[in-house]
Parts: sequence; structure tokens; C-alpha cells
Amino acid sequence: MFSKILVANRGEIACRVIKTAQRMGIKTVAVYSDADHDALHVEMADEAVHIGPAAAAESYLVADKIIEACKQTGAEAVHPGYGFLSERASFPEALAKEGIVWIGPNPHAIEAMGDKIESKKFANDANVSTVPGHLGVIETPEHAVRIAEAIGYPVMIKASAGGGGKGMRIAWNAGEVEDGYTRSKSEAASSFGDDRVFIEKFIENPRHIEIQVLGDKHGNAIYLGERECSIQRRNQKVIEEAPSPLLDEETRRKMGEQALALARAVNYDSAGTVEFVAGQDKSFYFLEMNTRLQVEHPVTELITGIDLVEQMIRVAAGETLSLSQDDVKLEGWAVESRIYAEDPYRSFLPSIGRLVRYQPPEESDDGRVTVRNDTGVVEGSEISMFYDPMIAKLITHAPTRAEAIDAMSTALDAFYVDGIQHNVPFLTALMNHPRWRSGDLATSFIADEYPDGFFPAIPDEEAYSVLASVALSMGALQRERLDHLPGRLRPHSGSIREDWVIKLDKTYIPIRLVAGFPGTPVELDVAIGEGPSFTVEADWAPGEALWSGRVGTRDVTVQVRPVKGGYRLDWQGFSVIATVMTPRIAELDQLMPEKLPPDTSKMLLCPMPGLVVSIAVAEGQEVKAGEQLAVVEAMKMENVLRAERDCTVTAVKATPGDSLAVDAVIMEFS
Amino acid sequence: MKDVLAELEQRRETARLGGGQRRIEAQHGKGKLTARERIEVLLDEGSFEEFDMFKQHRCTDFGMEEHHIPGDGVVTGWGTVNGRTVYVFSKDFTVFGGSLSEAHAEKITKLQDMALRNRAPIIGLFDAGGARIQEGVAALGGYGEVFHRNVLASGVIPQISLIMGPCAGGDVYSPAMTDFIFMVRDTSYMFVTGPDVVKTVTNETVTAEELGGASIHTTKSSIADGGFDNDIEALQQMRRLIDFLPMSNLAELPELTNYDDPERIDMSLDTLIPDNPNKPYDMKELVLKTLDEGDFFEIQENFAKNIITGFGRVEGRTVGIIANQPMVLAGVLDSDASRKAARFVRFCDCFGIPVVTFVDVPGFLPGTSQEYGGLIKHGAKLLFAYAEATVPKITVITRKAYGGAYDVMSSKHIRGDINYAWPTAEIAVMGAKGAVEILYRSELGDKEKIAQRTRSYEDRFANPFVAAERGYIDDVIRPHSTRRRIAKALAMLRSKKVETPWKKHDNIPL
Repeated sequence: MFSKILVANRGEIACRVIKTAQRMGIKTVAVYSDADHDALHVEMADEAVHIGPAAAAESYLVADKIIEACKQTGAEAVHPGYGFLSERASFPEALAKEGIVWIGPNPHAIEAMGDKIESKKFANDANVSTVPGHLGVIETPEHAVRIAEAIGYPVMIKASAGGGGKGMRIAWNAGEVEDGYTRSKSEAASSFGDDRVFIEKFIENPRHIEIQVLGDKHGNAIYLGERECSIQRRNQKVIEEAPSPLLDEETRRKMGEQALALARAVNYDSAGTVEFVAGQDKSFYFLEMNTRLQVEHPVTELITGIDLVEQMIRVAAGETLSLSQDDVKLEGWAVESRIYAEDPYRSFLPSIGRLVRYQPPEESDDGRVTVRNDTGVVEGSEISMFYDPMIAKLITHAPTRAEAIDAMSTALDAFYVDGIQHNVPFLTALMNHPRWRSGDLATSFIADEYPDGFFPAIPDEEAYSVLASVALSMGALQRERLDHLPGRLRPHSGSIREDWVIKLDKTYIPIRLVAGFPGTPVELDVAIGEGPSFTVEADWAPGEALWSGRVGTRDVTVQVRPVKGGYRLDWQGFSVIATVMTPRIAELDQLMPEKLPPDTSKMLLCPMPGLVVSIAVAEGQEVKAGEQLAVVEAMKMENVLRAERDCTVTAVKATPGDSLAVDAVIMEFS
Repeated sequence: MKDVLAELEQRRETARLGGGQRRIEAQHGKGKLTARERIEVLLDEGSFEEFDMFKQHRCTDFGMEEHHIPGDGVVTGWGTVNGRTVYVFSKDFTVFGGSLSEAHAEKITKLQDMALRNRAPIIGLFDAGGARIQEGVAALGGYGEVFHRNVLASGVIPQISLIMGPCAGGDVYSPAMTDFIFMVRDTSYMFVTGPDVVKTVTNETVTAEELGGASIHTTKSSIADGGFDNDIEALQQMRRLIDFLPMSNLAELPELTNYDDPERIDMSLDTLIPDNPNKPYDMKELVLKTLDEGDFFEIQENFAKNIITGFGRVEGRTVGIIANQPMVLAGVLDSDASRKAARFVRFCDCFGIPVVTFVDVPGFLPGTSQEYGGLIKHGAKLLFAYAEATVPKITVITRKAYGGAYDVMSSKHIRGDINYAWPTAEIAVMGAKGAVEILYRSELGDKEKIAQRTRSYEDRFANPFVAAERGYIDDVIRPHSTRRRIAKALAMLRSKKVETPWKKHDNIPL
């Protein structure tokens, strides 16, 4: 076994690999760019080597720098993680020349599977099912019908030269094939100047299902069940799970065996993934093979109990697989959510900045439910524009799918992040989505269910009740605390009023404190309006970010952020401002006029006398609030000026190098 | 007897209606509460004790003898905010437009006298049309009496003004002499002369909002210390502010039951200072992570944002925070920032509130506009305020402390009690580049030589240790332990006592 390995990656996957290595008693070497100086993986590793500027092309992607770092530290092997150099066949070859072991598959396998056409050929030869189609020239409409009937309906007729949707037709019967053939052909001719078309099986509502395989250098290979990754946004996976709700034992075995056949065909000797597109009828067709550790590997680890990184390291060290296919047992269900630094309410625009607060849910395993968080950041980390916006992967495992989803939903409620925008509200909404919960998935799920984008959820009755109760329990504690300020005229009576109104955004919720007294911990009986009373229990103390407790029969974890006059509460994707009022103040509050957002100026003024360093936008450009407009240097400090709202730049009045007085107009907006 | 009691109730009913139902509805129509409703929101429920409910004016000119409304345009009395006494007067716009008569002024001065005698804060809620013109000089006399008491009470009891409607002419000077002025956005304005007079005199066309709305006074003129969206928010925030303040200059600081561990460390602060010395960072993060529960009542949030001022608590006890903000103008000291911070330091010193200062200051802002605007004198105000303050003073230098600004920002030399620096601190006369350009003028042509000189200047001065070696810095502390170290220092300094030579008062460079 190796005594020291280098991890040629960053972020959560680098941390993930280091963890296993440490458990195995192997020393680790991290590499880092300028931007990752203070990153978690650098801190976790035993040694760290600086490999260049922030841009990946000048650091993490430079094989020579990695090799140099190995030599410098005496690392015997390199784990590439995913992305960066993980699927570049030339890298393991270069390592081999230096006598450094590659913790990954042999370069021939990488090369063979890296090429789309080549990999299909291997798949065909290994009797792996591929999407049925006809790649030859189709002469006549009748010929097209014959082919379509051989494949089976529905079929897709596509321009050979085409891209996008141009010249593409879906046909469900012979008539449509004839018609589609003719139209596609003429469209192809006019669009691409090439009228050749081809026909292949059209898979309706396809799902993305992949098989995890594991091989060693001694010809052994096994498969570790499947993962379903149908919840994708623009081909970016968002939620993954294992097993797939679609498959039965029979199909699982067929897919696994085909995946193994392909792995064997390329002498696959590491962890890898064979991706399939699957029809709702459980038909499946080979898509591609990823010759590396996948982002979503933890769901497989949780249902099999096998540490894939450990297996990769062992087989790379020449060990024989200690597991046979019979040793692989799938137990329970695992779900993974990818936490991205992106704003779900602004078409998922990436969001960068400092993680002012970062408190992920605690990792736990109570024997029934497991919560795992693979993360590469800590509070205070900087999310930069240089790398992938994924900041963590939250994984839950439980005996059943429903329980795993519930555990995920609860864990997401406790995922507390400030300083950047993130997709946790979107993930929470997905966890509560009935179609997701029913397992009726397709790769078009997000496009189908959120055609106009994602919007903040409007609280339902239960949400109002929970959030009002939580607000009251906090407000009453604050009330109690203020009742004991020194300097009072006379001691407080010690009792607390019964009738309150909680304002949640614009809704007033009358609530009664029927029994109990505020404190830490607290147990109160409350009632909404004239409704029945229920118990509110928690251990929350002022200043804590999470209110975790019980409201009625429901366990809830609500995120609390103090705001002027109240709290911002986030729970289950709902986000409201809560204010605790007496009934009289609530009555007077209703007399207050609604405020419209203030009219911001239509100009960007220079906030200080300074030098324009750069202008980031051009005339006519549309900008989003928060987008960088210009950089002005003053007092030798660069000040980034950002758009205060969404608007269009109508005029740019300054150019880089200009020396501006305070309040000079830099640009104007629509 | 019953008849008499009934009559009392009848008279009270009438007085409570002020200018009548129609005017109350008009007030509501403008999105404003009435004088009495405002008091209800401000004070603890049922705690208000009213004075002079039946007081009336004595004017007989211009037909005024025909018009009497009990209370005469202002509601006065006292009550409690979270059990602690406050005096309050609330101008009633529904009665003669809230205009000030001699009798009206008497109601206010009676209250001011009581507040001062009994040492409790006084709060004025303004929504009025100025002097009652029919009374002439009697109204002016009334103003003078109010002003004089504002001055007598200054520094003895907290005085707070909340502008909730018009406040013009003579009315503006009483708030102007109180400790804090807050305004309600869109429904309040303050000016000495209104848009009509401005038009006549200067031919300038301007709206009331543009001339003296909250949007102006909280950002441009700095007359107001904060703005709120509506009456309810404003009044509730006044309650929150009062919770931070002692009742008088001799009273103890209020202490709130504290749930936030004073020993709490915050590892993320170790990465707050960016590697690049020219990259800004948000000083508010440090402020919020240092204070109990991240609870911070900011003063002048939208004016001179290059310096942050406000109240928070450490271990449940009030502290005043002053912090340079590198996000704005690199945290430089200019005239506005100096004035803003100076007044805040003086308030804290008046009322025994310890001052915690976070320093990242590249110096004073150069330029003709600053120098013509009297930067020397404005900067001196801050220097003077810090130097004269005898409350506990704790300073933490996070990054830059350059030149004279280092001295000004609560340095050891002007009686800083505890002066800490982060390892990232750079305490020097100026930045390395500027220093080298002066020291090695003859070598300026030789880029390599200059770079090498710059490096050696940085090595010597871009750290806190030169200052620490001299004892100007008491300790170099780890950023993550900032809260713990400040809490300990504050606890130690609770018994601080300083004697200053007798004087009538100082002569701060106004």
C-alpha cells in the first residue's frame, strides 16, 4: 500500500479523497492555486504544494505541475478526483514515465471510452444495447418506413448534418414517417445544404440511469447497482439517488451485466460509471462511460456500504478486489442534493463571494438515518468565479425512499448559508414535489415542472401556523428578557400576555399563548385564532441561527435571521419576515401605507474622486442587479461599483484611465 | 358626585379626540398615526400618564378666542418602555396643525423640567406646522424656553426626536439640539424655510421631500440619524434604541440577559482580511460577529458610510461601536466621517457607554474639496472627541492604521485603554509605496531598486510588531478571539475612573 498520495483536485472531492486516505493511514498531499490558499483541502492534507495562478488552465490542469509536486513531496500515487485531469489519458501515461501510480483506470480504457464513436463501437461489440437506429443513407419515404418499423415506434428523424431542433421530426406511425422524412430532408437541405437524414428510436420521457462498476488489475470486475440522475437542469445534475425507483431486480441485473461486459471489454481496472438512457418501459440504451469517480458516488457508497475511493486506491496499489458480485447488497435508499452557489430566483445565475455564514447540517448516523455532507468549504471561505459553483453535496440514507427524502428535506432546512445566494430553497421545493416523491421522473422533470423558472413558495396554512408559532416562541422570550431589564420602576409582574398577532410578510395571524412560559428550553401551548391549542417545544436561545424543535406533531428546523423589528424565517422553502405584535399594534399597523421600493437614480455616479480602472459593460447592455459595472480606484484601493437593480445601460460616460471627481456620471441607465 | 365624574369623563373624551374624527381620518389617510396612537405604540401598554390634557391657549387675537381645543396641539406625559421611565411629548397635527403656542410650549417645558429633575430620557414626536402665527412673539418666547431646556438637559439625560410629519421653521431647532433625530420616510420633512420661501428668495424650485425629506437628511445633510418606513417601525425602533441607553449620565448601563457566550470564538474571522491588501472586505461582518447575537443598532447608516457607528451589546451590556469601513472609500477619514464619528463618541462619553473601535484606515482623504471644506477642523473633532473621552476605550487594528489617522482612531496616545492589533495590521506613517517615493526620490527612475526599497519598507512596517515593541499595542491577537478579548477587556474596565482637571467645559473645534 502507498504511504503517501497526492490529490490532484480541489474542493469537496479533494477533501473526500483525503478523508479516506487518512482513514487508511496514508499521508496526503494537496495542491492549490492562488485562489485556494486558505481552502479546506489544503488545511486537511498533511502537505500542500502551490501550483500556480487561480485559473485552472494554469494550475489544476497543468500535468507537469502535478508531477513536479509529486516529486517534491515523494507522493507515490495521484488521485485525480473528477473533472480537471481525471479523464485525460495522457496524464496517467506521463505519471507512469515518472514511476508515479495513477489511481484510476488504464489510459487505454480512458481513451476508448472518451471517444463517442469509439465507445459506441466497443459497446456494440460487447453486446451492450445502444439506441436502435439506421446510420446509412435512406433513399425513399418507403425505405424510411421500413426502417422505422424495424426499430419500432416512435422514431426520430434527424438531419445528419444538423444540430439543435432543425430538421428533426418525431413519428408515431408510417404516415408520419413518410411525411417527416420528406420535410426533414427538405429542411436539412435548406438549413445545412446537406439533405441526408437518419432515423433512430425516439425514447419518450427518458430517464438517466447509470451503473457503478469496479474492476481490478487482475481481470475481476463487479457492478454496484445503479444511480438515477434524472433531476437535471440544463444537463447539470441536481438530485441523484440510488437505487432508481424505475428498475426491478431483473432490469438491474441486465444493466449491470451489460455494464460489466463493457468494462471487461476495455480491461477496466478502477471505479467507473456506465451511463444509460432509459425509457419509462424499462428499456435502456448505452450513452457513455465515465472513466472516473462520479460526483454522485456517495449514494452508491451509502446503499452498498463500500468506500469507492478506498477501492480505487487498493486496486491502484495492485490489490485484488476483495469483493465478489455476491458481496454487493443494496440496502435502503440514498438521495444526494448538490448545493450550488447560484441564485434560484434569478435564473440560477452563479453567485460568488465570501461565505459569511456556513453551517451545514450535522453529519449523523443513528442506525436508521444517515446524513452525510461532502463539502470543500468552511465559514469564511471565498466562493470564486474560477471554479465549479458546487459548494457541497448533502446525502441522506434511510431504509425507504420516502424516509430518505424526508431526511433530506429536514437536513436542507438546517443548511444555513449567508454571503452568497444558493439553491437550497429550490432543492427543498424539489424534495416536497409530489411528482418527485412519487418517483415519476424524466430528464425533462425540471423543465416540465418549472417552465417559467423558480419562484419563492407562498406559505400554506400549515406553514403559517408553524412559522407564527416559532415567531411567538422567540418573540415571547425576547419580551420576557426585556421585562427584566434593570432600572425598572417596579419588578415585572412575571406574567406574560396571552393574545398576540404575528405578522408574516403582509399577513396578520392572531395567536394565543395558552399555557407555558418563555425560556430556554421552552414548552408553550399556543393556538392560532380560535383554533385548538398545540404544543411548541424547542431549545432555542436568542442569537442561534436554527430554531429546532417541535410544533404540534411536527419536528421543524427553522432558520432565523434577525432583521429590523423581527426575524426572517426560512423553512421548507418558505421565506417570510415575521414580526411579533400586540393586537392593538397590529390594528394600527394595518393603517400603514404599503411602501414601494425606492426609486433609485438612473445614473451611476462616481462615489469618490478616483481613477476609472475598468468599465465592465457596454452601451445597450442589459445588466442584473448586483452585476459589476465599473471599477474605480481611489486611495490605491479598487472599489467595485455594481448595478443596484436590473436595467439597461443607455450611455457610458467614462473610459478606463479617466480621473473622475466625486459624483461624476459614469453611466446612465434606462 | 356622579355628575362631576361624568363631566370629567366627558371632558377627557373630548380632549382625546383632539381635532376631531374628520381630522383623525385625514391623518390616517396620509399614512400617519395620531399623536395618541403614536404614544400607545411607543410606550408599554397602559403605562401612559398624561399631563395638561385640558390646557388651552390664551390668545385673543385674530379670532383665536373662538377656537379652543383642550390640549392645544401637543400631548405630554410619561410612561415606560420595557418598564423604564421615559417622558414623551407628541405633537398633534389635528389640533391647529400642531402649531406651537405659548401654552403648548409650557406643556413641553414642564415635561422637560420633570425629565431633567427625575433623570429619565425624553422623546419628542414631531408632526407640526411651526409657530402659531396668531400668537406672535409669545410663540417665539415659547420656542426659546424649549431650546434652553434642551441645552440644559444635553449630556444629562438622553433626548431623542422622531420626525413624523412636517417640522419646519422654529420647530427644527429643538430636535437639532437633541442627541438623535430619526425620520419616517416619505411622510416627514424638516427644513428651516420651506419650498415656497426658497422659491421666492432663491428662485429655486424644490419639493418638500427634495428639500428636507428623510432621503436627504439621512444621506446628504446628516441631520437625521436614521430613517424608517412608517410610524410603527419608527416607534418600535425607538423602543429598541432606548433599551440600549442608560436613563441618565449617572445611571448604570442597562444589562440584558445574555445568551451569547462571551468566550465564543469565530474561526471565519481568520480569513476576513483578503490576501490582496487593496481588496476591500466588509467590516460589518466583524462588528456583527463581535457583538452579542449580532444585534447592532446602527446610527447614520446611510451617511459617510466609510465609517460605521452604532450600538450593540457585549455580555449583555451596551457598547458603542466605531469602525472604518474598507468597502466604502477604502475606509478613509473625510470631513463627513470625522464629524459623524466624533458626535457618536461624544454621546457615548456623555452616557458612560464604552467605545469599541475597529481600525482599518488608509489616512485622511486628500483633495481640494476636503481641504476647502475644513478637513483639518473636522478631523480634529474626532481626535478631540476620542482624546477627551473617559469611558472605557478598546481599539482593534485589523489592517491599515496609517499616518495621523492612526493617532486619531482611539490610539494608545490619546488614552486608549486597551489597544489590540490583528497580525494583519500595518501601523505606519503611510503605505510602503508612498513612503519609498519620498525617502528615495533620487532612485525613482530605477524600478527594480524602488521595488526592493518598497519590500524592505513593508517588511519593517507592514506589521503590528513595531508598534507592539513600543507598547503602543497591548497585544497582537488572533482574529477569531476578538470577541473574547474585547469582552474580557470590557469586564476589566467596568471600574475605570479618570480624573480630569476642572474646567467649565472644553472648547472642541466646532
